[in-house]
Amino acid sequence: MFAQHLANGAVAGSAYALFALGFTLMFGVLGVINLTYGFYFSAGAFLALYLTAAGAPVWLALPVASVLIGLTAVGLDAALLTRLRRAKAPELASLMVTLGATLFLYSAATAIFGTDIRRFPPAVFAGGAFEIAGVRLTLSQFLIMGTAALSVAVLLFVMRGTRIGLAIRALAENSDAAQLMGADAGAVTRLVSFISGALGALAGILIGLKDNAIQPYMGEAMMLKGFAVIILGGLGDIRGALLAGLAVGFLESMTAGGLFESVSGGYVSSSWKDAVGFVLLVLTLWIRPSGLFGRASVRRA
Amino acid sequence: MMRGVRSLIPALAILCAALALPQAAARAQGKEPVTIGSVEILTGPNNKYGVAIKNGFDLALEEVNKAGGVLNGRPLEIVYEDSAGAKEQAINAVRQLIGAKKVPLILGPTLSNEMFAAGPVANGRKIPIIGTSNTANGITAIGPYVFRTSLPEADVVPVTLKAAMDKLGVKRVAVMYGNDDAFTKSAYDVMKAALAKLGIEVLATETFGSKDTDFSPQLTKIEGLHPDAIVVSALVEAGSGILLAKKALGIPASVRVIGGNGLNSPKVGEIAGDAADGTLVGSPWFIGKADPVNQAFIAAYRAKYGSDPDQFAAQAYDTLKLAAKAITAAGAPDPEKIRDALTKTSHDGVMGKLSFNAERSPADTSGVAVLEMKGGKYRIFK
Repeated sequence: MFAQHLANGAVAGSAYALFALGFTLMFGVLGVINLTYGFYFSAGAFLALYLTAAGAPVWLALPVASVLIGLTAVGLDAALLTRLRRAKAPELASLMVTLGATLFLYSAATAIFGTDIRRFPPAVFAGGAFEIAGVRLTLSQFLIMGTAALSVAVLLFVMRGTRIGLAIRALAENSDAAQLMGADAGAVTRLVSFISGALGALAGILIGLKDNAIQPYMGEAMMLKGFAVIILGGLGDIRGALLAGLAVGFLESMTAGGLFESVSGGYVSSSWKDAVGFVLLVLTLWIRPSGLFGRASVRRA
Repeated sequence: MMRGVRSLIPALAILCAALALPQAAARAQGKEPVTIGSVEILTGPNNKYGVAIKNGFDLALEEVNKAGGVLNGRPLEIVYEDSAGAKEQAINAVRQLIGAKKVPLILGPTLSNEMFAAGPVANGRKIPIIGTSNTANGITAIGPYVFRTSLPEADVVPVTLKAAMDKLGVKRVAVMYGNDDAFTKSAYDVMKAALAKLGIEVLATETFGSKDTDFSPQLTKIEGLHPDAIVVSALVEAGSGILLAKKALGIPASVRVIGGNGLNSPKVGEIAGDAADGTLVGSPWFIGKADPVNQAFIAAYRAKYGSDPDQFAAQAYDTLKLAAKAITAAGAPDPEKIRDALTKTSHDGVMGKLSFNAERSPADTSGVAVLEMKGGKYRIFK
């Protein structure tokens, strides 16, 4: 049973990490707490749902939906934040603009799609499960773990090993200086928006496949956890997002699975599931105010 | 063109009157009708409940009047008021029925919330009021003039658990409930009490949030305890997620999920597919019940409305039949006498035997149907 609990934690943690990756990138590089991010998560799942309903295989729907939502993210970012960037508006103004846009988008999605939970057609994704040494995992759970690991590896490579990555990091470090050195701020902003949006959509589709429950507000529930994860990991830090995501996932799964019940004399039961991530967050911020991997007053990417 | 249409209106009116004549003639057998009132949601987003209830009343009314009406041949009539699902409008409707229409009995309103608002008005004026679809705790505690014919969850859940115990030998269960929703929490309280009363051992009690989508940690723990069944208090969404996760974890189908009213919805089968197979729920009424009274009701309903009745129509149908009996037994259309007669009347209806206990709620649960999910649809559990 313990192995199964570990596997549950790894799956939940990978899901959080996958969601947090795009969020931390957007936050860390563009310097904006963009609340529309949660909407990309919902929108990706819905788009993939409609593509598969129209007959597309899931292997096609997954990348197509991610790319389309990535492009949507570029468009939304440009429409909402270009003016504010030009005016060098304070962060709070950008935050409020994206909050307004998010509420609008969710309301519109609810009006169009309703709040009913939808599921992928049964034929789209064979619900097969693998059993290895008493641990049972479904194909979609493997897919989430694999995609999270792959995304981290690719992102780290792009950031550390390419010129584009250098430009992104330079811009995150000091936007004005980077532009004076010839980095194209507009292009980098669009690229980061695209990657973030696509990652958010990818996370939404995969988690939608795993839980088979898709509804417009699914991104909102994820945002709160996503916040905890990226702050815990350090803003803009890719490794941090992965490790913090896994930590929160493991802790939650173990709490919900009752592993702390005997240790705490039956007190910490499954009811405490949603609290543990935030307890970890508060404790970490007391000890390291910039998160596990963050450096004080320096933005990293 | 406009003039032409206008000149048609008087002609139409005469035509309508002519069509209505035979009915009026039948009614006017020298006797004055007895008029009762009803408050239901007839417009707005929740009107499907109110319309189903009205259909049930109207069908029963037709049959009652065909069989000679009430009080030795006086026809029965219902005046409907629309609450639109709003408490304030329900209160006004009850005031209107009592003040202007002078009705001696009111049926409805549709929602428990509306009854909590409008029930005290009727009770204060000493006019009996019967809710046909109110299942919340405390409805009849409003006062001695408030009745209900809908079975509360507390009466349905023990029947389901008893059936699982008797037919499947369920002795040890794990319980899961949504702890952030008043409805699922109160259903859990009911389940806990019923499990204790039946002597079923509870191995573990796990909670989840109504918006959760990942239930594998709780189910992994439950799997390790090897229960005979899992008792779940959840709404459709979370409940379906639990069923899907249970299958994904490989918990055998022989470990049934036993649900409350929250899982008594065809949507569970639509969302969870074959993962939902074997789920047990209790229902005060079921379209597949084979007894002749129920089958006759379903046939008549289909003939009149062209669609299948639901639980709300069935409850309304039985309630009107019972109310007609009580009015006749009262001997006069007098609120006080009708109230006293209601407490003593019983009726064998489509939901089984219907009569009131000392709390003016249904006294009998023998009509509860235990249902089992198979191939995405509920059917009678055998």
